[in-house]
Amino acid sequence: MKIDDVVCPFCGCLCDDLVVEVEGTRVVSVENGCTLANEKFMGDHRLKTPIHREGKGWKETTYDEAIRETAEILCDADRPLLYGWSGTHGEAQSIGIHLAEILGALVDNTSTVCHGPSILAIQEVGHPGCTLGQVKNRADVVIYWGTNPIDAHPRHMSRYTTFADGFFLKEAFRDRKLIVVDVRKSESANIADEFVRIQPGGDYAVLSALRAIVQGKRGIIPPSVAGVSREQLFRVADLLLSAKFGAIFFGLGLTMSRGKSKNIRNAIELTEELNRHTKFIISPMRGHWNVYGSNEVFTWITGYPYAVDFARGIAFYNPGETTSVDVLSRKECDACLVVASDPGAHFPKACAEHLARIPTVQIDPHVNATTHLSRIQIPVAVTGIDAEGTAYRMDGVPIRTRMLFRGTYPSDTAVLEQLYAIVKEIKGP
Amino acid sequence: MSEFLIRNAYVIDPLSGIKGEIMDIAIRNGRIAEEVGSNAEVIDADHCLTLPGGIDSHSHVCGTKVNFGRYMSPEDMRAGRTARKGVMHVTSGYSVPTTFGNSYRYSVMGYTTVLEGAMAPLEARHTHEEFTATPHQDMLANTLFDGNWSIMEAVREKDMKRAAAVVAWTLSAVKGFAIKLTNPGGTEAWGWGEDVHSIQDQVPHFGVTPAEIIQTMIRANELLNLPHSVHLHCNALGVPGNYRTTLDTIDLVPDLNDKRQSLYLTHLQFHSYGGSTWKDISSKSEDIARAVNNKPAVAIDMGQIMFGRTTTMTADGPMEFKLYMLHHNKWSNHDVELETGSGIIPVYYSRKSLVNCVMWAIGIELALLVKDPWRCMLSTDNPNGAPFVKYPEIIALLMSRRFRENEIALLDPRTAHYVPLPAIDRELDWYDIAVMTRAGQAKALGITGIGKGYLAPGAEADIAIYPLKPESLDPSAEYQQVMAGFGKTRYTIKRGRVVARDGDVVVEGANSTIWTRSTVPPGYDLSVDPEFMKKFEQYYTVRMSNYPVQDVYLPRGICIPTEASL
Repeated sequence: MKIDDVVCPFCGCLCDDLVVEVEGTRVVSVENGCTLANEKFMGDHRLKTPIHREGKGWKETTYDEAIRETAEILCDADRPLLYGWSGTHGEAQSIGIHLAEILGALVDNTSTVCHGPSILAIQEVGHPGCTLGQVKNRADVVIYWGTNPIDAHPRHMSRYTTFADGFFLKEAFRDRKLIVVDVRKSESANIADEFVRIQPGGDYAVLSALRAIVQGKRGIIPPSVAGVSREQLFRVADLLLSAKFGAIFFGLGLTMSRGKSKNIRNAIELTEELNRHTKFIISPMRGHWNVYGSNEVFTWITGYPYAVDFARGIAFYNPGETTSVDVLSRKECDACLVVASDPGAHFPKACAEHLARIPTVQIDPHVNATTHLSRIQIPVAVTGIDAEGTAYRMDGVPIRTRMLFRGTYPSDTAVLEQLYAIVKEIKGP
Repeated sequence: MSEFLIRNAYVIDPLSGIKGEIMDIAIRNGRIAEEVGSNAEVIDADHCLTLPGGIDSHSHVCGTKVNFGRYMSPEDMRAGRTARKGVMHVTSGYSVPTTFGNSYRYSVMGYTTVLEGAMAPLEARHTHEEFTATPHQDMLANTLFDGNWSIMEAVREKDMKRAAAVVAWTLSAVKGFAIKLTNPGGTEAWGWGEDVHSIQDQVPHFGVTPAEIIQTMIRANELLNLPHSVHLHCNALGVPGNYRTTLDTIDLVPDLNDKRQSLYLTHLQFHSYGGSTWKDISSKSEDIARAVNNKPAVAIDMGQIMFGRTTTMTADGPMEFKLYMLHHNKWSNHDVELETGSGIIPVYYSRKSLVNCVMWAIGIELALLVKDPWRCMLSTDNPNGAPFVKYPEIIALLMSRRFRENEIALLDPRTAHYVPLPAIDRELDWYDIAVMTRAGQAKALGITGIGKGYLAPGAEADIAIYPLKPESLDPSAEYQQVMAGFGKTRYTIKRGRVVARDGDVVVEGANSTIWTRSTVPPGYDLSVDPEFMKKFEQYYTVRMSNYPVQDVYLPRGICIPTEASL
């Protein structure tokens, strides 16, 4: 059976035009997908049943037992952390937050190790953005800064920017200028009209120089800024100022390099400055397919996009204190539930070591680095393949992922609902 | 079968012609009944003011830009937070509370139905997700068409029926309730960093004017026989001298519907400015109120501002950027492809700002100068003018001249030179307030047919009982009590269940979402229209099949079906 307009649950592009062929409970082919999508749909290395540790080894267990054991671990803990959420649908995220509420737990999503600094900058100065179709239909200048879409978001250029013809740009590839800013010549830089190579750690200075030029202060620019020549800075600034509609996309190269949230603030303020002359927008290249959804769901329930601590009864937010990496490195947590992410692979070593010391439970379809740190793993259906639910694209557009076949695994929602019910019973009214 | 009997209620039910009588109200299975059995649970209202549940006909509480207002404002989240208590979840936020915060605070004030003022169709799913998490109010979504390319193309072709077909398809696809135009044409122009400045300006590239969009949409709305009229946020919001644009707009309106207005003008305070700069801004409320009084085909809401901190958020992207250029605080913008825009900035309305004082006066003046309360709803354009928790204070200001005088004494002393307010004696009565906070809204939205806004048998049992005794209370003198009373019901009853008591929400909510679906003749069904489908696939970034909001997002949806006259 071929299914049209399938939504890809891999990256923040959330492409929704895949054609997937299914035989029984197996995907046999994927059309329109990038290599990442193909691997996501076709790769099948799922854990078969829930497992938990007994002695030095793993032992298979039942869903009921694994969920009951998880509930007891969480209820016994003084400082539980519920982490992850970016790889599941919004309905499951919502239950997770309410679970944290009754546990008085910390709840955090993967923004903590990706665009957390971007969120901090947005909370300082705001975010001039738009949906990706605005860029596709209008943008005549596009900048990728600290991001390599050809590798990390393979269809971003073909669906939304460089290769995407739009209403006001009938021949996008010719009519649209592409600027790539990076510390190395990436695949994306190879096709740029202008490649700006910055010395590592020099983003803030280059952004400041561009802001000064846009403000009409060319005279104060030194011959070279962080390895970028004054001539090139002038050339780039002129390109920006001549745009009818410009779009800046930035990645972790800007967010997680020296300067962090201040880099993003500077980039947003450059965007704001450009809006006094023409139309400009800026947007983070979000990684997980539903990391933005986790920010949205967290926000409407708790008021904050990530790093929420319910220990005081109210929702308390203080990144740097209530962010997972900080809490784990202080060895503060005494239990952790990981849902739909892989902190074992992405967190600093000290945090991973602490996760291995405390009872950590993982709800995830696949065996991954976190499995090795965990006491229990509960496999679930993969949202977008054998489960469905809401996802938010990197620009905030909500799309419902599809269930392609009914498999034997329960969804994240089903497992979390059962867990929530048991915890509620233990905790009482 | 659940039965309730409310005894000894001081009832004002304007739609039923009840203007203050002591009576009993019977409730059976969520609806008002003629009578109930002897086993019914009894609530003694003890002569307290008993009204149909409050209806907010213009508020921003759910969806993409509201949530971004929260996302970017941890300082606002900290400014209003409550812990989990009984069935109540944790809440955060003052001007943009979390969904549960909005829902509980509205419920405690006796509000049972709220219309979200601006939903971008492409992002409708988000609005519906938040509706589900706003469990104590029935929700409706105004759906944005101000910069809709298919609409503007139909307007350019002078094809009103095509415009109606676009509306019918879109409302049905996104489970929207009514047509909203926010700065029509201006949000498209903002796609290029531009704006339109009057209703006769051309929208770049589309060759249409705001006036043409407004006129076409008013007529298309009636072709579809939708319950509500077009809901308009006029062009040139917040600009000194903009009252002329507003008067020009009112001039456009034909009288096409004998049950309600043909155009709803929202937050009119922001559109009633004289002068030419911020230095000489003045109130033109008298001119605007006169035009409204002379034009029965329009209804308005106030858009009152109240002093203090709040967050402004609107689909009117260019306006927010202009506001940002004044405040230099922080600015977010979010344009939506082929449809509309939006912007957000936090603001502080200060008694030390002459401009803010003039704005404050204008809203109150409009409510006092528009003679017919059925055509002037009480609103703050929550949270743009102020968070809705300020409604009780606004009610008190409208009911008490003394309170107004006390407040005016605190303003910038130059204010009196620019506004007529000090000379206005009118004090609204309990009936006026009942009309302006629920009955008028039910009529204007066209939802009396599904049992909203009144208390006669058959109506939805949405009821607010306030700790106010109109028989013995003089609102002109005892305005503090009026304010306190409207802030916290003794009982809020939603669909026959007590949902809030004395300031606490006592049950888990189970709201409904109300939407409209117009049946059109086959030739106007855009879901199979090749041209529409082709453009959709070319210019949107989601597939047409992934665009409609699935039924699962409306667990208790109430569809109002209509038959289009195409």
